[in-house]
Amino acid sequence: MSEAREFKYIGQRTIRPDGYDKVTGRANYAADLSLPGMIWGKILRSPHAHARILSIDTSKAEAHPDVMAVATYQDFPHVSSEMFQAGETPTDLLDLARNLLADDKVLYHGHAIAAIAARTESAAEAALSLIEIDYEVLPPVMDVADAMKPESPVLHDDMFTVGLAEKPDKASNIASRMELKKGDIEAGFAEAEVVVERDYYTPTVHQGYIEPHATTVSIDEDGQAMVWCSTQGHFDVRASTAKLLDMELGKIKVVAAEIGGGFGGKTTVYLEPVALILSRKSGRPVKMVMTREEVFRATGPGSATRSRIKIGAKKDGTITAMQAKLCFEAGSFKGSPMGPGCMTVFTPYDVENMYIEGYDVVVNKPKVAAYRAPGAPQAEFAAEMAINELADKLGIDPIEIRLKNAAKEGTQTVYGPKLKAVGLVECLEAAKNSAQYQSALDENQGRGLAAGFWFNIGGQSSVIINMNPDGTGTILEGSPDIGGSRASIQLMAAEELGIPPSHLKPVVADTEHLAYSATTGGSRTTFATGMAVIEAAQDVVRQFKERAAAVWNVTSEQVEWVDGVAINTAGEDKLTAAEICRGAEKTGGQISGTANINARGAGPSFAVHLCDVEVDKETGKVDVIRYTAIQDAGKAIHPSYVEGQYQGGAAQGIGWALNEEYIYNEDGIMENAGFLDYRIPLASDLPMIDTVIVEVPNPFHPFGVRGVGETGIVPPLAAVATAVSDAIDVRMTDLPCSPPRVLKAILDAS
Amino acid sequence: MTKTHVTTSINGEAVEFLCEPGDTLLSVLRNELQMTGTKEGCGSGDCGACSVTVNGRLVCSCLVLGVEAEGAEIGTVEGIESKDQLHTIQKKFLEHAALQCGICTPGLIVSTKALLEENPNPTEEEARYYLAGNLCRCTGYDKIIRAVMDSAEVMRGEALR
Repeated sequence: MSEAREFKYIGQRTIRPDGYDKVTGRANYAADLSLPGMIWGKILRSPHAHARILSIDTSKAEAHPDVMAVATYQDFPHVSSEMFQAGETPTDLLDLARNLLADDKVLYHGHAIAAIAARTESAAEAALSLIEIDYEVLPPVMDVADAMKPESPVLHDDMFTVGLAEKPDKASNIASRMELKKGDIEAGFAEAEVVVERDYYTPTVHQGYIEPHATTVSIDEDGQAMVWCSTQGHFDVRASTAKLLDMELGKIKVVAAEIGGGFGGKTTVYLEPVALILSRKSGRPVKMVMTREEVFRATGPGSATRSRIKIGAKKDGTITAMQAKLCFEAGSFKGSPMGPGCMTVFTPYDVENMYIEGYDVVVNKPKVAAYRAPGAPQAEFAAEMAINELADKLGIDPIEIRLKNAAKEGTQTVYGPKLKAVGLVECLEAAKNSAQYQSALDENQGRGLAAGFWFNIGGQSSVIINMNPDGTGTILEGSPDIGGSRASIQLMAAEELGIPPSHLKPVVADTEHLAYSATTGGSRTTFATGMAVIEAAQDVVRQFKERAAAVWNVTSEQVEWVDGVAINTAGEDKLTAAEICRGAEKTGGQISGTANINARGAGPSFAVHLCDVEVDKETGKVDVIRYTAIQDAGKAIHPSYVEGQYQGGAAQGIGWALNEEYIYNEDGIMENAGFLDYRIPLASDLPMIDTVIVEVPNPFHPFGVRGVGETGIVPPLAAVATAVSDAIDVRMTDLPCSPPRVLKAILDAS
Repeated sequence: MTKTHVTTSINGEAVEFLCEPGDTLLSVLRNELQMTGTKEGCGSGDCGACSVTVNGRLVCSCLVLGVEAEGAEIGTVEGIESKDQLHTIQKKFLEHAALQCGICTPGLIVSTKALLEENPNPTEEEARYYLAGNLCRCTGYDKIIRAVMDSAEVMRGEALR
């Protein structure tokens, strides 16, 4: 990273290239595609939270004239337990298959059991009732604490806890245990003059993307399939589908439609392989679109957690020991983000002695999916609440106690590497200097502050830049654009090529037009795909120089590329990119640049959020009245979309802190599976969200970029809950701080 | 089931279609007429992604039956721009980066137009409450509200001209 580089295009607030289609309604999302001869698929779902399937009889459905295909678990070719990488986290093939269509057990209310394809959506829906299933209903296990008890009903009688010193002889709901240590935790607490210790709870929440999952699939007689879908990673949809159906990757073309939100929830598959089975059986293209209720009952959610945090410190605020026990619900199958939870929980702090243990526990809820910084909001909520309690107890300002213990360059993380240059201290200083922190509060108002950390990832990205004969260019990239990343990709290519952004069109290419690119997740697109774009642009520039050299009969070393123009250093000749492209036919054919990289060196992004609330003490209703989100972007390529990530993360975190939760009845059935009762923040629920972009360049990216998408959801949970606690003078430990819970806290205290 | 013949006007153009009695206007727009700019987020009137106007009144098209379009004037997102010129609201959404994934954007633009026709000079609070039926999960609404307030100001200026 050259410190002195002056940017021509980067940092501009350009109009995003895909924006016009999105404000006019022309943009095509997954549910917008119809094909000739297309029929509709619907899924039969479990009415029980936990039951053994004794028999499934589909004969009546299959005999019905409207029904063109039926699919059950039996239609998967033989699948066995095998871990494979598709999406952000390793997946067990057997679990994935049994989640798509249940085998001998249903593990949550809404668990898919069978699918039917018929000429119309309503006919498919109606025919579901023709499938006859006998169940042996079992008691549901709905809370991580209950699921961990030895006497709890067991979901999987073949699951034995991994990560214990000795392999247990009895199956349990604890899929795995992990432990991270640093220093000597006992010595750390012995050194402490003050200790805080407390339990915390976060509920099951949903990513809440507005677009339900949808797909349209077709397959021909040669076994060539086309899958059009809503996904954060079409190459990984291809990988999962191919694995599940035992097909070659080259036989499946996956097109990532415009995606209507994902936040991690669209990094796995639910419909696509099932639709492909139905298409193969019926010989027709099949479309499947989930209802909102299905989205809530059978996709997504983020883990509920129970945590215990213990922190010891000296009277001057120096933290001497940090200990955590983090229990994560995985839902119906193993694989919660307990690992990243353990790794992130205390990473904002440079403390010698740490001990962290984590548990991944199955319960009768949908299998959890990644949700924006998976695992970190839950874990860091607990840690940040405890830090704020410690600050209170010591009478130290919450910013000062964090500055005293802040992670910085050289800090040894508990999970392995030492941190490189990071911007936590800069974020804390910005919080201290913010207008909000210096403002006064009125009666019934409270203020909370919290920090947040997320790693960010790099990974594989492929890019092709095809230059057109008139000097414009098309950028093929493989990262589904979930929040405006085409704008940043366009700006980075423009910067490197010296060609105005408006002359470069970024396109999310399908799986047949580009080599593998990893799923959009881990805040990787602007960082990793950005690196690939820069490298592909450099490839183009190299060719521009060669072509100019050939015209001038000099060596390419004698050609310089400045602001989109080739300059002959041995003479006075100049050739623009457009002139070189126009003449390409005569200098060796058309010009395109490629890059296929596995990006390393993703820079972590730290954030600090400030929240002011006002509480109605008669109803327990909380209003967020002022909010500031401060975060290190490394280098903001398109500042508007960086701010948008901070604001969006804050809003989701505010929802998580104040209202969002899955509410279950005693039979394990979710009672609020709709947007009316699962209340995500409305425009009228929020104030303007102020942002501060801190820029501490990531030394491993040519422009200094860090991912920015996820960190912003980490601090709000504790910032909001601390503000509520401050306003009502009662320490909140369980989320959400919804009116009934806040009112109860007020009444219990008085 | 016998289909019903419906004669209506969509974005000022005469349109005829056949639909089942139970089909929603949203389903007719998307599946019969291939007007997929209007989006479905919930099917229960909670998210506003399917916002359209019926005789000038802002509604969720998932809560209106296709047969109710008989003789009515329907307005959808496809009718907001005129002759390849973006409407001020559309321009302001782009300038303010008021969309990320964009799935709520058609509904928000239809609703914003309805808001500013009813109330050309809304306060921020009035705008926030009027648009409370349009869910956005990506933006936190900050940039949307800025785009709406800026649109209102520009449109008041245009009205004076």
